[in-house]
Amino acid sequence: MAQAAIELIGINKSFGAVRANRDINLEVTRGTIHGIVGENGAGKSTLMSILYGFYQADSGEIRVGGKPASIKTSNDAIALGIGMVHQHFMLVDNFSVLENIILGAESNALLKSSITKARSELDRLEREYGLEVDPDALIEELPVGLQQRVEILKALYRGAEILILDEPTGVLTPAEADHLFRILKQLKEQGKTVVLITHKLREIMAITDTVSVMRQGTMVATRETSKTTVEELAELMVGRRVLLRVEKGEAEAGAVKLSVRNLTVKDQRGVTMVDDVSLDVRAGEIVGIAGVAGNGQSELLEAISGIRRAVSGTVMLDGKPIDVTGVADPGELRDRGLAHVPEDRHHVGLVLAFEEHENSILGYHDKQRFLKGPFLNVDAIMADAKDKIAKYDIRPGNPRLKTANFSGGNQQKIVLAREIEQDPGVLIVGQPTRGVDVGAIEFIHKRLIAMRDQGKAVLVVSVELDEIRSLCDRILVMFAGRIVGERGPDATEGELGLLMAGVEQQEAAQ
Amino acid sequence: MDLFNAIIQVLDSTIRLSVPLLLACLAGLYSERAGIFDIGLEGKMLVGAFAGAAAAAVFHSALIGLGMAILISVAFAMVHGFASITHRGNQIVSGVAINFIASGSTVLLGQAWFKQGGRTPALQPGERFEAITWPGADAVRDVPILGPIYSELISGHSILVYFAFAMVPFTWWVLFRTRFGLRMRAVGENPAAVDTAGISVTWLRYRALICTGVLTGVAGAYLSMVQNGGFVKDMTAGKGYIALAALIFAKWKPVNAMFACLLFGFLDAAAIRLQGTPLPVIGKVPVQFMQALPYILTVILLAGFIGKAIPPRAGGVPYVKER
Repeated sequence: MAQAAIELIGINKSFGAVRANRDINLEVTRGTIHGIVGENGAGKSTLMSILYGFYQADSGEIRVGGKPASIKTSNDAIALGIGMVHQHFMLVDNFSVLENIILGAESNALLKSSITKARSELDRLEREYGLEVDPDALIEELPVGLQQRVEILKALYRGAEILILDEPTGVLTPAEADHLFRILKQLKEQGKTVVLITHKLREIMAITDTVSVMRQGTMVATRETSKTTVEELAELMVGRRVLLRVEKGEAEAGAVKLSVRNLTVKDQRGVTMVDDVSLDVRAGEIVGIAGVAGNGQSELLEAISGIRRAVSGTVMLDGKPIDVTGVADPGELRDRGLAHVPEDRHHVGLVLAFEEHENSILGYHDKQRFLKGPFLNVDAIMADAKDKIAKYDIRPGNPRLKTANFSGGNQQKIVLAREIEQDPGVLIVGQPTRGVDVGAIEFIHKRLIAMRDQGKAVLVVSVELDEIRSLCDRILVMFAGRIVGERGPDATEGELGLLMAGVEQQEAAQ
Repeated sequence: MDLFNAIIQVLDSTIRLSVPLLLACLAGLYSERAGIFDIGLEGKMLVGAFAGAAAAAVFHSALIGLGMAILISVAFAMVHGFASITHRGNQIVSGVAINFIASGSTVLLGQAWFKQGGRTPALQPGERFEAITWPGADAVRDVPILGPIYSELISGHSILVYFAFAMVPFTWWVLFRTRFGLRMRAVGENPAAVDTAGISVTWLRYRALICTGVLTGVAGAYLSMVQNGGFVKDMTAGKGYIALAALIFAKWKPVNAMFACLLFGFLDAAAIRLQGTPLPVIGKVPVQFMQALPYILTVILLAGFIGKAIPPRAGGVPYVKER
């Protein structure tokens, strides 16, 4: 019987009235990769934060290496050999790699000896695990894949035997993710224990030895990965059967609704983010734009929807031009039947401090049916909000509740309901299911396909390849501001992954 | 030779005028590098000036005065910390409140204790910090060029002046060569990184504010016990704000801070010297224009004309562990 690296017994944790963890039991075997899956808000991150000393459990016991452990601060966890790679990297951007690694683990009050020691230690770690990174590079100049490597090195430098990774692949390209998995396997071979938190079931199947499933704050099952299936895990996560791939018929593409020609967009720094992009979206089809975050998709969406000025190019909506280089504004575009679900619902799509019904009309609040003379017609707005709540199964169904108190999936439904219910001819959606749980993903995908079948033109930008592949009729891949390829929905992940990494383009250039 | 003497005199008063700015600017550097905006530099200098002059007058000792100035100024810094670190209050509001309390309480207590219209009694020799004459300063006074530079500019200042300038390399060394400095810079950029590294964000920020309090205390003592022979109502006269401008101008770097404060001190010295004197070509320059120059220069800097001033990223944001 292999020894347990970590045992959690009867862990409870509440935040106010919300019980984030209820009576959790978990045993992680030494020298294995243990996956923890669950929807957003299932309590995975809370549980791991308790283990890392970021929060303290209300009750329950933690054992590390068989001995009861009292973990009150992150320092205690580090001393017990627990290291964590957070979803949002805990790095100081304008520090060098070395400075980030020694922060909090300095050997004495002066830096010089710490830096010398860290440099040789880093050299050893690099050789042992193949984790090359320039120790003097500034973090902000490194790509995210390398930043993550620095996080792993940070943990190893502190002598971590148990490494927790929270949603590590969210920001990586498929190739970078594969590289990460190779590193994790190597760590496992060296006898380290890895806990992998994710909501991507494919990763669980590819790399873990054991998988535990959490749902609504409870641990519902633990399985050996080789003896389970994606379908079973999905069902355990949601509590009912889920369609991972939404059924849909063939697209019946009609006339061109949205036409983009030679669009070029620069960001605040003057860097070209969208470079001479042309695309068409027809009535009755969903066009997807795949790509690693930061390759110009965001700027493309913003330019088309009138939020960001383009440098040059034309955009036609129903055959009439949108003044994207001049005075196009989102309000005017809404009136012309172009609805936009922004990528960042927290900052652009919603005012989180507003009540639900206020957000459900935002941007359309000057429509006659929501007005009574110069005032808002609160009765009409309330009735409208209740109608949307029922239609989109928004929970909790209280239009008076502050929007910040809804879960990610329900917030996204509020935005979608607002935009779709205006019956637009063209719908632009950025990251339709980012931070949205599996059950809501299914709902949102069905809605978007229903839009398509009503003959609307839908343009989707997503960094989730699975989503793009199951939802879209045509897939465009963006890399470094350009559209580098178009594929059908049957394109393989490997094929799209190569395009997203710009591989084909580089080879052609050589 | 007259022109040379005039230049020496302007430079000499540049040094004297830039010392309180430099001390306050370095004080602000510690707190802002740790992610705490401190608009209350002005108030802390003022209470330091009052406490220093009052204690020196009562106990007839400059050192006790200085100690008291530091103590009270640190106490005010801790109030700022209690409001903005422990209770995560708005740092600007807390800083402004400190300025108001300082401005009001110094005059009130001064009147209650000394009955001189809010002033403290004029300090006698021994209750002030006297100028230190360096060895041979008098002997070389008549040597052309170098003589006056040595005897006027380098020699003949109070100990606090040398302390202020010594703080520049010292602060640089603390920031970039010590563990405390590394952690302090980190907490001003990304407190979550510091927290997850197992270091207390709260304690670290409090320590940075203690440094701030010590330096504003010395700055206040300099005003009331060196530049002036006692405390006068609102004697800081906006120096705390100019120091903040200098801090931005210096891009939060210690050596730059020294040059920024010397520049602003020079503008002040020049304004006094040129008062009413017509300049060739330009004619008379209004004093108000010279006094406004530090702010104008800072605005130009902020507008991005002289490089970019990027403040510590976590500045002004109370640290809350996120779920």
